[in-house]
Amino acid sequence: MTGETILMRNFERSDSHTLRAYVETGGYQAWAKAQAMEPAAIVEEVKAANLRGLGGAGFPTGTKWSFIPKNHAGPVYLVINADEGEPGTFKDRYLLERDPHALVEGMLIAARAIRSATAYVYIRGEYVEPWRRFSAAVAEAYAAQHLGRGFDIVVHRGAGAYICGEETGLISSLEGKKGWPKLKPPFPAIKGAFGAPTIVNNVETICHVPHIITRGAAWFAALGTKTQGGTRMYSVSGRVARPGVYEAPVGITLRQLIYERAGGVTGNGRLKAVVPGGSSAAILTADEIDVTMDVDGLKNAGTMAGSAGVIVMDETVSIPEALMVVARFYAHESCGQCTPCRESTGWIYKMTCRIVEGRGRKDDLDTILDVAKRGAGTTICAFYDGAVGPYISYIEKFRGEFEALIPHA
Amino acid sequence: MSETDGAPSTSNRTPAAHAGLSDPATAVFSEAQLTEVRRLQSLYPDPRGALLPVLYMAQESFGWISLEVEEYVAGLFSLSPAHVHEVVTFYTLYFRERPGRHVVSVCHNLSCHLAGAPGIIAHLKQRLGVDPGETTEDGRVTLLSVECLCACEAAPMMQVDDRYELNLTTPKVDRILEGLA
Repeated sequence: MTGETILMRNFERSDSHTLRAYVETGGYQAWAKAQAMEPAAIVEEVKAANLRGLGGAGFPTGTKWSFIPKNHAGPVYLVINADEGEPGTFKDRYLLERDPHALVEGMLIAARAIRSATAYVYIRGEYVEPWRRFSAAVAEAYAAQHLGRGFDIVVHRGAGAYICGEETGLISSLEGKKGWPKLKPPFPAIKGAFGAPTIVNNVETICHVPHIITRGAAWFAALGTKTQGGTRMYSVSGRVARPGVYEAPVGITLRQLIYERAGGVTGNGRLKAVVPGGSSAAILTADEIDVTMDVDGLKNAGTMAGSAGVIVMDETVSIPEALMVVARFYAHESCGQCTPCRESTGWIYKMTCRIVEGRGRKDDLDTILDVAKRGAGTTICAFYDGAVGPYISYIEKFRGEFEALIPHA
Repeated sequence: MSETDGAPSTSNRTPAAHAGLSDPATAVFSEAQLTEVRRLQSLYPDPRGALLPVLYMAQESFGWISLEVEEYVAGLFSLSPAHVHEVVTFYTLYFRERPGRHVVSVCHNLSCHLAGAPGIIAHLKQRLGVDPGETTEDGRVTLLSVECLCACEAAPMMQVDDRYELNLTTPKVDRILEGLA
């Protein structure tokens, strides 16, 4: 399965980030078309396209937009989540650097759909070059008068915190606070940034919107599966011959992605395990890769599509060591607001360290599984559920490898 | 954060807590910078939305975010110093002590780990004579070991100041270090 590239169609051009290149390849024509459409018609088109959020949660985008209260009198905000941080994911970095005008145009259309006059683009602080590229594109769009006529974009830099990729944590951060997630309801569409109705969408999600408007919902929906339309950008890294970002229809299988796109497994050449959707997704074993990479395909396989960050491990990789690295991440990034997350992530990291160092205790594995299962679903945001995915799946699927490291296990 | 609204802008910190900090007299923005602060504040329906960008400005101007700088910035926003302290300490990109002239942040997350990040970090420790979190004695380099910088296709990688340095090998790391004045 190769298929047409949509989001990455201009990536090979060295000037792909410029307004000139974007317009030459049909850019801003979707916006011209959308300006003649009623906002509700845009929402319906995106709903019918089966576009689903590509930041991690996979929520249907048009449905999310429709949650903005009708006839709301005050301001409505569009917020773009460019706080890419899910380990194993790098697609939004490519979009911001190589096709920033696609995001600007998608935002113009999305803003019309939800009747927003102001948008904030929250870019992770470490992304200096993507921030410069996107800011330059915004300046070009102002000069060309695409922006500034009833719609403004403010580019906002984060300051280093994975939790700000969680939409309510992002909103707290945008409001000048530490990035603590907020209890839902109220959902951001009702009460979001600065207390106003707010839609938070991922970069890649919004970059799809101009194509849906130009080519129609039916075309987009037909690219994908029954429940998810289109293509998406898969970030593939780890032990593969050609690590990189690959755009494919969402119905591609994990096997095709690894062997046909990324050139197959390196290391000793034999696959051991794959993380299919960023580090928060449950791990899959070598015999679980004949699964489609859409949101529901991976959900049915007991894991998640998440941010589509695929991390490949060959047989020489130590799964306990990999879990220790992942557990260190969750311990470091827990925001500390909810007790089960703050305490468990720290202690589980310590336990994985002692297991890897050969000092594990007989009950450690069962303790980790027990703590992980009890804590899941008890916290304000999905961060801890994301940590629990690897804790449980790495241990349950590779238990023998952990036990071999524990004296008297 | 309404619980911190209207709090006095002075703190009760003891003089000892100020030891080793920059001269407070220097922690003041120029008129042009104050104009920029007001412009940034006007971009948000609540001016406090500009706190993170203004803290970046402060770090760029003063080198790092001291307790005096936190108090100064708090005053610009009518926020308590405690609120600003809470924000500064929450994020990783604000420095609460003077960093080296260059900051080298090596990714230690999973894809980089699989591609040899532990060896790269060990090499940097040996070449610089510091552990992650420390600055070389000559003030040239601060070494950090950080979570995923989202360039996993080019692992192992690190960030040197504003730049991403990709597909690292020990000879490449040596060349990069030689280029840092």
